[in-house]
Amino acid sequence: MAEGIEIRLDHVTKRYPGQKAAAVDDFSMVVPAGQIVVFVGPSGCGKTTTMRMINRLIEPTSGTITIGGEDALGIDPDDLRRRVGYAIQQAGLFPHFTVAQSIGIVPGLLGWDKKRIAARVEEMMDLVGLDPGEYADRFPRQLSGGQQQRVGVARALAADPPVLLMDEPFGAVDPITRGHLQDELLRLQNELRKTIVFVTHDFDEAVKLGDRIAVLGDRSTILQYDTPDAILANPADDTVAGFVGAGASLKALTLTRVRDVELGQAVTARSDADPSTVELGDEKFLLVLDQRDRPLRWVHLKELKNARSLAVAGRPVQDSVTLQSTLRDALEAMVNEGGRAVVTGSRGEYVGTVDLATVTDVVQRLRASA
Amino acid sequence: MDANFEGGAARMNVLQYVADRWDRLSLQAFLHVSAVVQCTVLATVLGVAIGVAVYRSPAGSALATALASTILTIPSFALLALLIPVFGLGANTTVVALVLYALLPIVRNTVVGLAGVDPAVSDAARGIGMSRFGVLARVELRLAWPAILAGMRVATQMLMGIAVIAAYAKGPGLGSEVFSGLANAGSANSMNQALTGTIGVVILALLLDGVYVLVNRFTVSRGVRG
Repeated sequence: MAEGIEIRLDHVTKRYPGQKAAAVDDFSMVVPAGQIVVFVGPSGCGKTTTMRMINRLIEPTSGTITIGGEDALGIDPDDLRRRVGYAIQQAGLFPHFTVAQSIGIVPGLLGWDKKRIAARVEEMMDLVGLDPGEYADRFPRQLSGGQQQRVGVARALAADPPVLLMDEPFGAVDPITRGHLQDELLRLQNELRKTIVFVTHDFDEAVKLGDRIAVLGDRSTILQYDTPDAILANPADDTVAGFVGAGASLKALTLTRVRDVELGQAVTARSDADPSTVELGDEKFLLVLDQRDRPLRWVHLKELKNARSLAVAGRPVQDSVTLQSTLRDALEAMVNEGGRAVVTGSRGEYVGTVDLATVTDVVQRLRASA
Repeated sequence: MDANFEGGAARMNVLQYVADRWDRLSLQAFLHVSAVVQCTVLATVLGVAIGVAVYRSPAGSALATALASTILTIPSFALLALLIPVFGLGANTTVVALVLYALLPIVRNTVVGLAGVDPAVSDAARGIGMSRFGVLARVELRLAWPAILAGMRVATQMLMGIAVIAAYAKGPGLGSEVFSGLANAGSANSMNQALTGTIGVVILALLLDGVYVLVNRFTVSRGVRG
């Protein structure tokens, strides 16, 4: 499997004839091997133009681009594009090609034999979570938007390119599907370690997906090129800050998982325990667990005194988070619960709690470290 | 001449007339269809080539469509009269005239079909490494094909009628029946002759239209069929 290779853009400029200002002005950047770099910026800032110069759908006016040390401008453009995966908004699927045909295009262009293509198509469909038996012979119009995007990603990955260019690939699907597709891309990237250049105008998407984010301004000037937490904590200037938008601290919380913070512990008791035997100490609340240690109810100090059975006392735990949840999810659970959020493990068992103090600590630490 | 109506005494009905002259009529019908189909195919090759050449430029598209429209406004009699001095009487003139008339619907539909291909699809095709020709042949023309086929269908229907007029230039087909029927109006079988020619053309046109439905069924991908 081809792991990612470094992309280097050096003083790349694109000037369209008859236009005074360059569309992309003296753009230099190193995209590290195996990382996701997100170009984010307002519409018309030249981020897509910049990306399209990497696979030469747009020819740069001047400057050099190397991919894995090889001069991209010295390779036949068609050959270059067969070696660089490309996925775009609304997938750009061919309406007259079935899913299997679509995914098999690039391997076919590269001259693979039929057997190898068929095996690869099946492998790719499994990879993006489409059952080959059910979907291989479907046409794009018989797929949902999310499924089309999956096929688009599978098509881009079919010939196992080390580099992947993605132009707002999840821009045209509903927010829930977009979230799923983003999660899946991260999961794929965990396995594949490609070098991915990802263009979006959605800063939240950039924060979620990017190992590094390049915030671009007019004529594709790089306003800031850094890790998401560094940009959130320390925007380079007012324009970047404006783009980061309100609630940068809240966004930073999506960068931290519950498993990465120190969990608090509540006083717990099994639901069949005798209420009079429970010792709360300094705590005001008791967390009641079922026989398999799953959280059931919160019982207040006062309610405990009069309670006959812990199975019905207090109020039920309505919202909990897992170790994989982000701190932002945890914060939401706290708001819903009106206090601490209960954290559960992989089998739903109680492992600890997160409280507001933990969250504010994390925000302050992110600020300080960046 | 057949003995049955020598002297113009015996008037026949149309069916008798057809049965009686089946050999000659079926040959004329075959030649008629053959001329129309061949001219449509020729016009398709030319028309698609023209469409491919101009579809990227709005000015080129407009010019090609306008030129083809202009040809269509020339009355067929006049066009034949203009062509006879150049190509002589017979099949040549007929073929040239029919191809010229068939060009408009085909060129126009090719241009419309190609221009109607979603730019994102062409862009993706190029972006994943298809050659310029590959994009055209495997994606753009395949997606424009239903429109091109519709243009061919209109052209064929039109040519079935115009091919009748081509008998004026001594072209092949059922036109000679209609013409001699009209020329000898009042004689015993003139009505039968004109009717046979006309109805024959109509029936053949309907049959050809049926063929187009089948061609559409077998050549248009299920992914884009309405």
